[in-house]
Amino acid sequence: MSALPAGVTSAIRRNPQLTIGLIIIFVLIIMGPLGSLFVDTKEAKVGAAMPDLPPSARYPLGTDTHGRNLLPMLLLGTPQTIKIGLLAGAIGLGVGIILGFIAGYTGGIVDTIIRGAADILLTVPGLLLLVVIAVSIKGTVSVNMMALVVSVLAWMWPTRTIRSQVLTLREREFVRMAKLGGMKGPEIIVRELMPNLLPYLASSFVGAVASAILATIGLEALGLGPQNQPTLGMTIYWALYYTAVLRGLWWWWAPPIVIIVLTFMGLFLISAGLDQIANPRLRRPT
Amino acid sequence: MNGHVLQVENLKVYYPTSSGPIKAVDGVSFNLGAGEKLGLVGESGCGKSTLALSLLRLIKPPGRIEGGRILLNGVDLTKLSWEEMRRIRLNQISLIPQGAMNSLNPVMRVKNQIMDGMRAHNPDMSHQELEARVYETLELVGLERNVASMYPHELSGGMKQRVCVAIAISLRPQVVVADEPTSALDVVVQRQVMETIGQLQEELGAAVILIGHDMGLMAQFVERLAVMYAGRLVEVGNVREVFRRPLHPYTQLLISSVPLLGEKGAFRSIPGLTPSLLNVPPGCNFHPRCPQAQDICSKEVPPLVEVSPNRWVACHQGEV
Amino acid sequence: MTALLELRNVTKVYTRGTFVRSSTVALENISLSTGGGAPTITALAGESGSGKTTLGLLLLGFLTPTSGQVLYEGKDLRKLSAQEWDTFRRDVQAIFQDPFAVYNPFYKVEHILEVPIHKFRLARSRAEARTLMEKALVGVGLRPEETLGRYAHQLSGGQLQRVTVARALLLRPRLIVADEPVSMVDASLRATILESLRKLNREFGISILYITHDLTTAYHISDSIVVLYQGSIVEIGGVDPVIRNPQHPYTQLLVASIPWPDPDQRWQRGQRAGVWREGPPRMAVGCKFTDRCPRAMPMCRESIPPFYQVEPHRAVACYLYQGSPVIAAEEITRVLSSQPAGR
Repeated sequence: MSALPAGVTSAIRRNPQLTIGLIIIFVLIIMGPLGSLFVDTKEAKVGAAMPDLPPSARYPLGTDTHGRNLLPMLLLGTPQTIKIGLLAGAIGLGVGIILGFIAGYTGGIVDTIIRGAADILLTVPGLLLLVVIAVSIKGTVSVNMMALVVSVLAWMWPTRTIRSQVLTLREREFVRMAKLGGMKGPEIIVRELMPNLLPYLASSFVGAVASAILATIGLEALGLGPQNQPTLGMTIYWALYYTAVLRGLWWWWAPPIVIIVLTFMGLFLISAGLDQIANPRLRRPT
Repeated sequence: MNGHVLQVENLKVYYPTSSGPIKAVDGVSFNLGAGEKLGLVGESGCGKSTLALSLLRLIKPPGRIEGGRILLNGVDLTKLSWEEMRRIRLNQISLIPQGAMNSLNPVMRVKNQIMDGMRAHNPDMSHQELEARVYETLELVGLERNVASMYPHELSGGMKQRVCVAIAISLRPQVVVADEPTSALDVVVQRQVMETIGQLQEELGAAVILIGHDMGLMAQFVERLAVMYAGRLVEVGNVREVFRRPLHPYTQLLISSVPLLGEKGAFRSIPGLTPSLLNVPPGCNFHPRCPQAQDICSKEVPPLVEVSPNRWVACHQGEV
Repeated sequence: MTALLELRNVTKVYTRGTFVRSSTVALENISLSTGGGAPTITALAGESGSGKTTLGLLLLGFLTPTSGQVLYEGKDLRKLSAQEWDTFRRDVQAIFQDPFAVYNPFYKVEHILEVPIHKFRLARSRAEARTLMEKALVGVGLRPEETLGRYAHQLSGGQLQRVTVARALLLRPRLIVADEPVSMVDASLRATILESLRKLNREFGISILYITHDLTTAYHISDSIVVLYQGSIVEIGGVDPVIRNPQHPYTQLLVASIPWPDPDQRWQRGQRAGVWREGPPRMAVGCKFTDRCPRAMPMCRESIPPFYQVEPHRAVACYLYQGSPVIAAEEITRVLSSQPAGR
């Protein structure tokens, strides 16, 4: 530990969860560009190698039935999946912030409408809705399209929770002071309320990303994902399609699952770490 | 020395932190006679609440009793095991904690909350006996019987506080420590609650330590007064004596900062700020703000000496 | 001469619940005006449940009355134009009870000074703004180098409250609504803060409405006092006579319960009987204090007593004083104005 610079060790000591979580996600993202320096990414294409080969020195993760080298596939696919999650999470949170703040601060009929819409959509079975949308898209689905589809469901929860946070903050005395100082509504939202919600928004974001990734993988595992990109979910889809489990091709379906578990672990740790910042009572005694 | 139901000797309670220990209680000594009313007055951050908790060994780690003795009827509480202390708590010495009325269990009826403690100490008592005791106790604090079957949210602030007093006296302890028992209450209700405590104190013969920051309340209620500043006691004596002739500069300033109904505008603030308990000034901890500070004050800690019978001061003034 | 702010027959009722509604009457038919004319410090005294905080919030425009009007310079607050509202905001400022709560933890403490300087265009440059802030801080006895640049959690409650007073000093409003400004501050610091308020009043001609439950501090800094009990005014007059010689039984009870810091002046034991009954306020038709009043009469239950002007500058809402001339609720503030400057 003493080999690392002082700043890093103190960051790890102060908030181990956040640090480790961020490291995990960072590694998973950088896997692609970094990995392509060592591994030939062209081998992720169909027919690049002999199919169904078990792991060996030449093919560390073996190959699938399409003849794709699974190692570069994983290296390329993981960042894609995370990217979809980040994009969908960002869109969902962005919409959630706008709607949540407006609903919470304005109240009245505007609040009722926004809240009603969010509540209704929350009751619709998510995956079903996504499947319907995905199926109705003509033409090939790209990674960005996936993100857009998934984000349809990502805004409701942030809207609701941000709204409640705004409701509690709205009556705080520093808001009253701001009003006495001549500030009006929208400015109060942006300058007084939003900064106080930053840790909360951050952890909402992580939550949105996590559920977006889950939704993505779910859709892809059903075959509704981008056909030409080697995402994690699609890998699982093809593995199921070709009955990899029964055929004992464990090197095909196991590694994606490991990666998925790692991803969620990383996201969870980040969320716990952020929670520690937002909630000082959880901090380790210094 | 004997005849004192409680003797605190050189008590030290510290909270260790990465920047050094917070000396919340730094060598406090005092005695409490049976049935006596002692006031402990000090401003926020002086360590009085920590002192209250330490008397019942309720200090949460990392805080710890660093030294000194607490003798209750001759038994040193600091040396007891957890189980032995548990049996003494509520039974022989009890606490009305700060903000107690807000920590009543909202989903339990008053009766059950009072019985809780009693049952823990007397597992053999029958339900009827416990109930009878509850009604007795409620009567002592001036609450009607029907309060027993109510929930805390149905009661007013003053009534809730009296329920907390009831819990504290349910086992007729010899010492009751009341930490700011009326701080959130209105002045009329405050008088009610204080008079209730005073009355039952007479009837039960229990000694009461009233901890607070309101000099007015002290003047109305206690017999002896101890003044605390930044973890140490600076003056102890009969309450009338202390008010009439305060010896320690802090006591003098404290008394003059309380508005009286006399000449308008004749009350003053004490200049400066209370020191953080992490960084107590060397020597006498009041010397930076003391109008009568001398050289020696910044170097040596003045000991608490008995300058006349039952009158103690910690100040270098008397020495020169 | 129009009063700066006036409550005219204001009633404020809080209702809770959507399906099963329960209502609490916080204020009932209050008429009171403040500000305008010579700058005074008026105490608004009452315990919890008296409605004093609600009254303050109504005057500041943070609440709207259930019935009645809140008037600023004769105009209903709800009907002010945007520009008139801005002037209103400039003219009426506040100091709140919790010294920490008014500071947004995200910003340094100067934020509450900078915002109004900017919004009300009190300075033309950052340097000028800085000078203004420093002068105001010095004016309340603080050192700018120890205060500016810090966050709220780095300062004590007393210091923070003084910064809030400095803010009022900077803005020079015409009226300050001070809601329990020293109750959460250490006893040894209260004098300084109250002295700053007196300075604002004397040197800068700012009227102050001092909302409190502490009669001793009210005595020391106010000129006149309004006593509230469960949403109604029970007594109003000069602070000296009211506290030394309270007329309304509730005021008498309040004054008798003050813990005087004098061990020789203890609460009188004899007074306990009958007065201490507790209970939830019933929706009484008559005087609300009847159940606890040691001198209640049958007529007290039948209707709310009007205000009797027992002295040129004192009015009491109690049937005990039926002999004195009646004064209409809308007029009671007149009792206070043009009173001798007996300080």
